[in-house]
Formats: sequence, C-alpha cells, structure tokens
Amino acid sequence: MIKILNATEGDEVFLLGNEAAARAAIESGVGVASTYPGTPSSEIGDVLSKIASKVGMYFEFSTNEKVAVEVAAAAAASGVRSFTFMKHVGVNVASDSLVSIGYTGVEAGMVILSADDPSMFSSQNEQDNRHYARFANIPLLEPSNPQEILDFTKYAFNLSEKFKLPVLVRTTTRVSHMRSKVKVGGIQKMRKKGQFKKDPSRFVLVPSTARTMHKKLIKKINKISKIVDKSPYNQIYHANGKYGIITSGGAFNYAHDLVNEKELPISILKLGFTYPLPSGLISQFLEDLEKVFIIEEVDPIIEKDVLSIIGQENLEVDVHGKLDGTFPRIYEYNQDIVGASIGKLIPLKLEKKKALKTHLPERPPTFCPGCPHRATYYSINKALEELEMQVIFSTDIGCYTLGIEKPYNTADYLLSMGSSIGAACGFSKATRQKIVSFIGDSTFFHAGIPPLLNAVHNKHDFLIVILDNGTTAMTGGQPHPGLPFDGMGDEAPAISIESIVEALGINVKVINPMNIKKSIRTFKEALTTPSLNVVIARYPCQLSFKARGKPVRINNNLCNECLECINKLACPAITYDNGIKVDQRYCRGCTVCVQICPEKAIKPKGGSSE
Amino acid sequence: MKLSYDIYICGVGGQGIIKAGEIIGWAAMKEGMDVVMSEIHGMAQRGGGVSTEVRIGKAKGTIIPSGHADLMMAFEPLEALRAVEKMRKDAYLIVNLTPIPPFNISLREYPPVDEIIAELGKFSRNLYAFDADRVALEAGHPLSMNMAILGAATATPGFPLSEDAIIESMRENLPERLFKVNLKAFKGGFMSLEY
Repeated sequence: MIKILNATEGDEVFLLGNEAAARAAIESGVGVASTYPGTPSSEIGDVLSKIASKVGMYFEFSTNEKVAVEVAAAAAASGVRSFTFMKHVGVNVASDSLVSIGYTGVEAGMVILSADDPSMFSSQNEQDNRHYARFANIPLLEPSNPQEILDFTKYAFNLSEKFKLPVLVRTTTRVSHMRSKVKVGGIQKMRKKGQFKKDPSRFVLVPSTARTMHKKLIKKINKISKIVDKSPYNQIYHANGKYGIITSGGAFNYAHDLVNEKELPISILKLGFTYPLPSGLISQFLEDLEKVFIIEEVDPIIEKDVLSIIGQENLEVDVHGKLDGTFPRIYEYNQDIVGASIGKLIPLKLEKKKALKTHLPERPPTFCPGCPHRATYYSINKALEELEMQVIFSTDIGCYTLGIEKPYNTADYLLSMGSSIGAACGFSKATRQKIVSFIGDSTFFHAGIPPLLNAVHNKHDFLIVILDNGTTAMTGGQPHPGLPFDGMGDEAPAISIESIVEALGINVKVINPMNIKKSIRTFKEALTTPSLNVVIARYPCQLSFKARGKPVRINNNLCNECLECINKLACPAITYDNGIKVDQRYCRGCTVCVQICPEKAIKPKGGSSE
Repeated sequence: MKLSYDIYICGVGGQGIIKAGEIIGWAAMKEGMDVVMSEIHGMAQRGGGVSTEVRIGKAKGTIIPSGHADLMMAFEPLEALRAVEKMRKDAYLIVNLTPIPPFNISLREYPPVDEIIAELGKFSRNLYAFDADRVALEAGHPLSMNMAILGAATATPGFPLSEDAIIESMRENLPERLFKVNLKAFKGGFMSLEY
C-alpha cells in the first residue's frame, strides 16, 4: 500500500493492474471514487479505502453499482473528477443510469472501469462490456498491462474532461490481476469540492431534453472519432509481409509473444483506444494485406467493425476471427490458443502438449474451516431431513454460493445479485414446492431489499435465510452498510438488517449458526410456519475474525467411523486416513463437529472460538 | 527464440503462493529485468487450486504456454501433477511432499504421494521433492513453508536471480517481525537442495 501511495514520479514499482488503477486515480486528481466490490476489480477499492483519506479523496463502498455510478456522476457534474469501478456484471446493475450519463455528460473527468472476466474465474457469465461503450455512446480504452492501466486511465480523465463525456476503461482478469513493472507519475492535487451549476435542460432527462442531448452526444462521439486515428494508444508493430493481426487489450500480449517467439512475418495493429473505432488507421493497415487475424476476448466486436470497413472501402483481404471459426468464440485466450488458431491458416511449428494420462481429483473451492455458512447449511439440511421436506434452494452471489457443492447441495437457482428473493417470489407462485432463499448481508443491502418489499406486498410464502457474516467476504472482506465504519475506516451508522425486516412486518429470528441444536430447532419452526419468514444466521467470517480456538481432538476409541463429520459437514480440517484425523494446521476450534458427533468422540481442546 | 525464463508456482489457496511470486518479481526488478506475473484471486482462493505464473524477460502474456515453464514451485504434490503440461523437458520441479487432500474426497482417494512423485519424474529428470512443511516448522512457523520452497528454487541451476536479490526482496515484502523465521525457512530450503 505504501508503495502505491509513496512512490514518487519516475519510480518503478511492481504493481498489480488494479493497484495501477488506484494509482491512476490519485495521479489524476480524482476527488470522489465509488465502487461495489467485485472480483476481478476488488483490489482497486481495497487500495483506495486505505489511502483515500491520506490524499484527501472521498471514497465509498456504495450499496450497489448503480448507486456507485450515480455518486460519481453527480461529482463529475459538479466539477470534481470521479472514478467508479466494478466487475463486468456490476455494469448491468449500473446501466440504467450509465446510459443516461452519456446524454447529460459531465463537467470534470469521469472514468468508469469495467473489469471483465473471460473464462469466468469468479463470475456467473463472461459478457463483453465493450458493448456498453457502443450502447451508451461513450469512448472506450482497452489497456493490456498495469503500465497501460495507469497511462490509459490518466488519459481517459483528460479525454473525458475535454469532451465532457464519461469514458469507459475495459480490463480483463488477466490484466487486472497481472503484476508487472510500472513507472509511476506525479500525484495531482485533487479538487474535493465543486459547484453544481443548475442546467435542467442538460441534467434533467425528460423526453424533451433527452431528445436534444442525444443529438449532442452523437455530435461529440463523431468529433472524437476524428482523433482516434492519431491516438498513440493505437500502434503498429513490425509492419511487414502479407499477414496482419488486429488485436486489443490482454489478447495483444499472446499475439505479441507468439509472433516474436516464432519470428513470424506478421504485422500487428494493437488497438488501445477502440471506441469510437480508428477506422482510418484500420483501413490503412489493411490496404496491403492478404489475410488479417482478429484476436479479441470475448465477442467479435472489432471483427464486425473491420468487416464493415472492408465493405465500405472495397478492400480485398481475408478476415479470420471468431465469425469464421478460426478463433474460439468463448473463454479467455492464451498463447497456445492463438498459436493453434493461426496455425490453421499458416504453417506454424507448435509445441506438442504432453498431457497427463491419469485423471486427477478436482479441487473445487469450499468454505474455510470454521466458516459459519457450513454450519448453517448443515443445520438446515438436518431440519429438512427431520421434517422429511424437499425444497427449492434459491441462492445468491457470495461465498455461500459454494453451497452448490456436495455434500451441502443448497443451491438450485441463481441469476444475479439479489435474485434469490426475487426468484423465490416467482417459484412460490408458479409451484407448490417449498422454497428457501439464501442471501448474504452485503448482497441483501445491494439488491435484496426491493424484492423483499415485493415478497411482503404480494403475500409470497417462503423462508429467507440471511447469512450475515459481517463483511463482503467473497471479494476480500470489504465493509457494507451493516457495519459501524465506512469504506475509509471512519465511524458510520450501522444499519440493522432485522430492523429493516421487522419494519415490513415479517416474522424474523436471529440465530448463532455455530449453535447447531438451536439452529435446527429455529429452521424447523420457520419451515413449518406459513407465510414469509426470515432467519438471520449471524456469525463473523473466519477470515476477518482473527481470534481462533484451539484445534479439537478426536478420541478414536469412541469414534465408530459413522463419517457424519466427513459426509455431512465436510470440513477441510477433518480427513480420513486409517481413522478420522483433525488437521491441526487448519482447525479453528469452531466446535461444530463436536456438536454433531453422535458418539461424542470429538472433544474441544480448551478455549472456545469466542 | 524463447522470450523469458518462466516459473510456474502452484498449490492450494492460503499457502502464500502469490507472496512467493511477488518476492521473485521484485527481485527481478532489482536485477534490472522485465517481469510479468499472473495471480488468481476471488472464488478459487477458498481452498481451491491456485497458481501464479512469473515470467522474467521480454514476454508480455502472463500465462505460460504449454511446454514453456523452466521451473515449477509446487506447494502441494497433486497440484504439481495437474500442471505438468506447462513444463519444458528439462524443467526443474521443486515439490513439497505434504499433501492437502481436496475436501470433497478422503485421503484414501488421494493418489499416494510416492506415485505422484514417480509420475512427475516421467516428465522431468530434474525433480526435487522434499518436506517443506517440516523445514518451515523447524524454522519456527508452519506458514513459512512458501519461503522454504522459494529457497530450494533459488538454488536450482539456471535460476536467473541471485540469492541476495531474493533475500533483499523478502526483507521488503514480508512483515518485519516474521522476516527472521522466513529467512531461516528460505535458507533451510536452499541448503536442502544444495546437499
């Protein structure tokens, strides 16, 4: 953290892409920054939350991405530079306002960073958010490494301010989570407070003003298309031969390495400023080519644009990309994929893969030892077993989604943040089945409240379990409105989940999920009480809650190897190797296994986890 | 022409894999070299398999192509086997012998460690397997295991960075109060390969 804040102009630092983005914000004099945490963008907020107050920036973890974009837009409309960032699916949440900000424009620079996730390392889809630039008619930049994240983002602020338009910066997982040498610049003094100059004809988008503003937006974007051809962020590498590659963002890296390693006679046009498209530069690049390969992650966006340029300019060049099947249509790329794809059309000597013949056991992610979600899922499954009841589990986005794994099997349906409650409303009307929906505390604040109102008002009948571990755990433990401190670590009013639920007249119970007997009893009651019920399972995340109890021990004389602790609880600290064993490296002494052992063979080893 | 010296680091979430990569990266910068590194964050880190790929030299892509890695640092035996196709023929493989069975299988279904090592041996003549957990325990803290592996890796022939640069980078990237223990683990790993 110190390295990001204290590095002075010209210093070389080994930065993560997301850390470079945070550095870009302070080098650009951003006065207001906002986000809702989401991997692969999370570390930007982690850095800003620690350094914002030191540099005089305002930073917040907003309740969701739409709110984050609105906070940033208002700041930029008031003449204060603003930065908002999120994962790709977060832009969907924000999109309702985002598309309109193109119309109103901004006064000071406003940059929106979308961290896309090709191959879905930690996401429900791999949508290509470059579409949003076209959709909202705002400029788009695509950095390919941490240095470019810093440089492009800084440029994006100037561009935004010059044309009074928000600018979208699109990264991908391999760029956000790439670490490399970054030469930093100087830190610009930030303007923290501005002045909002009223102009309803611009800032209040009713149909009459929107019609005018859309026309102005198109004019602006046309003006910008005149500068992209000369942008230094679009570059040609080793111009020679009849073959060419057009590429952008992280995909450029693979093309670069392959061409250089194999010393291929292929020129590369690397696009960094990709919307509006530098069509003049592209047609100039295509002029003498026989074949061009379009290498981009995820959708064939540049490829379609190139085809239209070829059509307009009547050029004769074969285009090979996703549309003709040369390159895969889905997932992230790498040098092997790029090589195999290009190798279909030009002779290439590629390494043969030495694959392993034996099949190895998978290693899916799971709940940490001592995680309260494991206990909650154990108890509700026990309650259902005792009631001989089958339910639909409508779940949500967070660590608890890992309940999809055996032996918990507590995830049957999931669309997006907050969908657990919304979808449960639908299931309760469309089926006669019992429904349990799971939602985490941060997700509840993000998008769980409107569907909860919906459930009450429309008299839906199901059980909502709010898994409250006191943090946004999945993305690394960021705070949310339920906590007594904010994103900059200052004191803040904590908002009580149960008060919100009670205010709607819903029957609510709060349990400590680590108390198994009581939890099972509460779940059984809630499952057999008609109408909407809420159970809040509250216990802190084991990653943010440092205190730990002493590891439990097993009396193998009492153990009859019923395997309840392995087959039903599946704590990674308990394994079987000629008898049940507790791995002392991992056990956090949460004592859930002690409570569930039918033979009382597991004993706490003094001290508890509290 | 190979563009970089490629190091594949793998294991299980929570073993300090990224930290080991970061220390190598900073050391490479100290030695005046270019370096890129990939990291896995988020969901996969909850006890899942995690890898970090460090490329010292002119490569821009952070994913090591098949058959390109010059060195593997495996913090867990099963995860080493999963990555064999990344290795070039004469790659050096440093493998920790302590297994961490995936939570969804019992140890009985985990391939015997000696079989894993034998299989790895088919892919590389330069295999070095040792109990890095024990070296770390002897150094004073089980969590210094990553530095024991790093120590052994630093001692491999062809490793492009000096021992001094690595130690200096450790000093700058580890909490001060843990540096001594980690250095001891590093030295333990280094020596165990040398002799």
